[in-house]
Amino acid sequence: MSRIHVTTTINGDETEYLCEPQDTLLDVLRDELDLTGSKEGCASGDCGACSVMLDGRLVCSCLVLGAEAEGRAVETIEGMASGEELHPLQQAFIDKAALQCGICTPGILVAAKDLLERNPDPTEEEVRYWLAGNLCRCTGYDKIIRAVLDTAADMRGAA
Amino acid sequence: MGKLGHTGTPAPHDSAIKQVTGRADYTDDIPEPIGTLHAYLGCAEVARGRIEGMDLSGVLAAEGVVGVITHEDITGHNDISAVHADDEPVFPVSEVEFHGQPLCAVVATSRDLARRAAELAKIEITPLEPVLTTREALAAGGPDVTAPLKLERGDAAEGLKSAQHRLAGQMEIGGQDHMYLEGQIAFAMPGEDDDMVIHASTQHPTEAQMIAAQVLGVPANAVVVNVRRMGGGFGGKESQMNLFCCVAALAARKFGQAVKIRPDRDQDMTATGKRHDFSADYEVGFDGEGRITAVEAQLAARCGFAADLSGPVTDRALFHADNAYYYPNVRLTSRPMKTNTVSNTAFRGFGGPQGVIMAERMMEEIAYKLGKDPLDIRKANFYGVGERDVTPYHQTVEDNIIARVVEELEESSDYRARRDAIMAENAKGGILRRGIALTPVKFGISFTATWYNQAGCLLHVYKDGSIMLNHGGTEMGQGLNTKVAQVVAEAFGVDLELVKITKTTTEKVPNTSATAASSGSDLNGMAALDAAEQIKARLVAHAAEKWGDVCNDVQFADGKVLCGGEEFGWREFIAQAYADRVQLSAAGFYKTPKIHWDRAKGQGRPFYYFAYGAACSEVEIDTLTGECRVLRADILHDVGRSLNPAVDRGQVEGAFIQGMGWLTTEELWWDEAGRLRTHAPSTYKIPLASDKPREFNVRLAEWSENPERTIKRSKAVGEPPFMLGISVFEAISHAVASVADYKTCPRLDAPATPERILMAVERLKR
Repeated sequence: MSRIHVTTTINGDETEYLCEPQDTLLDVLRDELDLTGSKEGCASGDCGACSVMLDGRLVCSCLVLGAEAEGRAVETIEGMASGEELHPLQQAFIDKAALQCGICTPGILVAAKDLLERNPDPTEEEVRYWLAGNLCRCTGYDKIIRAVLDTAADMRGAA
Repeated sequence: MGKLGHTGTPAPHDSAIKQVTGRADYTDDIPEPIGTLHAYLGCAEVARGRIEGMDLSGVLAAEGVVGVITHEDITGHNDISAVHADDEPVFPVSEVEFHGQPLCAVVATSRDLARRAAELAKIEITPLEPVLTTREALAAGGPDVTAPLKLERGDAAEGLKSAQHRLAGQMEIGGQDHMYLEGQIAFAMPGEDDDMVIHASTQHPTEAQMIAAQVLGVPANAVVVNVRRMGGGFGGKESQMNLFCCVAALAARKFGQAVKIRPDRDQDMTATGKRHDFSADYEVGFDGEGRITAVEAQLAARCGFAADLSGPVTDRALFHADNAYYYPNVRLTSRPMKTNTVSNTAFRGFGGPQGVIMAERMMEEIAYKLGKDPLDIRKANFYGVGERDVTPYHQTVEDNIIARVVEELEESSDYRARRDAIMAENAKGGILRRGIALTPVKFGISFTATWYNQAGCLLHVYKDGSIMLNHGGTEMGQGLNTKVAQVVAEAFGVDLELVKITKTTTEKVPNTSATAASSGSDLNGMAALDAAEQIKARLVAHAAEKWGDVCNDVQFADGKVLCGGEEFGWREFIAQAYADRVQLSAAGFYKTPKIHWDRAKGQGRPFYYFAYGAACSEVEIDTLTGECRVLRADILHDVGRSLNPAVDRGQVEGAFIQGMGWLTTEELWWDEAGRLRTHAPSTYKIPLASDKPREFNVRLAEWSENPERTIKRSKAVGEPPFMLGISVFEAISHAVASVADYKTCPRLDAPATPERILMAVERLKR
């Protein structure tokens, strides 16, 4: 089968690629575009390590076909910092030691940023349930949840 | 961050900035050379059978396939056993021994094509009757997959006979999948002559190197194994990576190209080993106060088809079957049973948790029998100080602080008042019932294989003053690299940023031990300190030679070198030392003192020291559905003098939640055909953010310091807090017991899934 030509926007940049019909968006990001920040944990939409934004919606990129990104906007972990300036969530994850092996971290940050954009003042319970789609095997989640809550408070203070 | 990021400060993880921006490279992120091939395993679909033939013509004809690797391609010795038991082939020749056993590997131009083609292998197998469970294996009289162990002190039979009370019990203790978020992966690149470089996500680069060399039939010096970081390990990448390293290397050798192998999650879970599930049978004698007089117990494990690490795992179960309690008369036996299931392996705690939970069940049963608070029974049985302090393996507990840890937690968690309130609330008879439990842990630190307790480090100071650190430990998220770098920065009195941590590689430090048994910082921190001290000694000698005896006392602090009233900047001092031809590189080494172990006698000092901790958990169960929530957990844990409190807290919190998962939601389930039916996060449930205790109070015992001369008087932290999760299990038991007014200790097997909780409630209601 012939490869599919896709034109899309990734982290604000217009991007073109060729993909096989069965290639997932995660495959394309990692193997074609060298954006390896999104990780494959399960390839079945259960772990959240491959979380990206697609037209403003949080998705598992392992459940989206590469071809489906045509004409749409994709945001990945690589687009989260502006140049060398980290997003406040990224800084908080470093400061609060909210990561250990780090492989779930990109997905969790993408999901947490989406939460704070929808709800700048989430409760602890809302954070816990919002992040329930992102597995972390190392941290026990507590520091992650605190980092998100503290960042939300800081960002509200700064706004 | 504290001053310069030295030990005792919460310096951030060395890769943190890369990890939050997606720039930290894991093995699958390493750029692939053009022409890289991908391998995928073809696996057995029966639990046991005779291999009659393999028809791979369909595979070979499939799109993108370059070839297949079978046992016939093995140029060396067909065995990947971590203990050289010669019972674990890369690919079996004549017999399938578990459902999902790898039989061949398909090599193709893409992973997707290799995976699809692997489905086309036609393997003719005559099925044989499998033995799937521990109890079946025990009933059949064996065989054991490796030699059992017996620990004995005093006279258990006589102690039981003369006891005022005695009771016997049984417990089934479930296994656990590691569910490291980064799965198994190996990436082999052939070089000139016999050379092979393997990038892998392994906790044990030296073993992967030795086994790959053995399978290829080349000396170890032809194979290099590299690992920069892992996306979690937890023991699952100690020996289980051997298979993938060997397959990648065999294929890379055969096809002369770089070859990567990365199973999908389902294959990862079916083809690699897990925490052992155990069947425990115990009998305990005690007096009217609940004080134990004798214990006799058998801990049998489902080991799977091969020995792997089952010997030391079942040994460690016995070493921890006392937890924090003194057994005056005791006889413990292990039964490592051979079964037709995947060969179980290392997992955080390494058999210890299974021993500890049996001890905790005994405490509960004694308490219910005597109508007392289980905490009082626990306290009555704690090891003493200077008396009642000898373990079943004849090691004296010299550093006992369990009483203080438990007392402090009992107070800070307000255990007694909350227990009264919970029982008063339960007495009203609602559908939702609460329970609370406070459990201790004492965990022995050292590899029980004494020769494993050694480590090396290679340390370079470059002439611009920057430092390159390489040690034999591997980074899997536990912060080992950060801690060891802190030790080195402190030794030289320089900023942590001056120390670069590089990938673990068998080229720089040879003959390393697995990063396991919680020993990473203990061993590698000391080896790094040794290397730093060697370089410092040369710098001091050089200063004395150059500036006279006044420079015999050289201070390294705050990025400066103080020498005979003069002050030099670090970089300036190093540049001068280089110009004066001082050797600025050293290989450090460390071996743990004092330890020895005679397995045949069951006596010795297998552990250098013990780490302690305690947790108090409160849960709420729904007696109509079996659902369970953890409302609050309080933890006090001993890490000695912490090398990095942020890292240590992370280990304690993560271990507790992982232990909670083991005992609540994580259920491994094999069907009658021996097929693992919980083989992905869709069916195997590790704790989620939403499962975290509503209130979670975690403290390190700041007053503690290791009486032994460990690195900066710290204690190991990887495994001990895992067993704090047992407090959740016993709290569930307490809640369940409320439906029958606490008259009976509920029979509860692990994991206490909603289904099991409901069954336990129904049994008590009858």
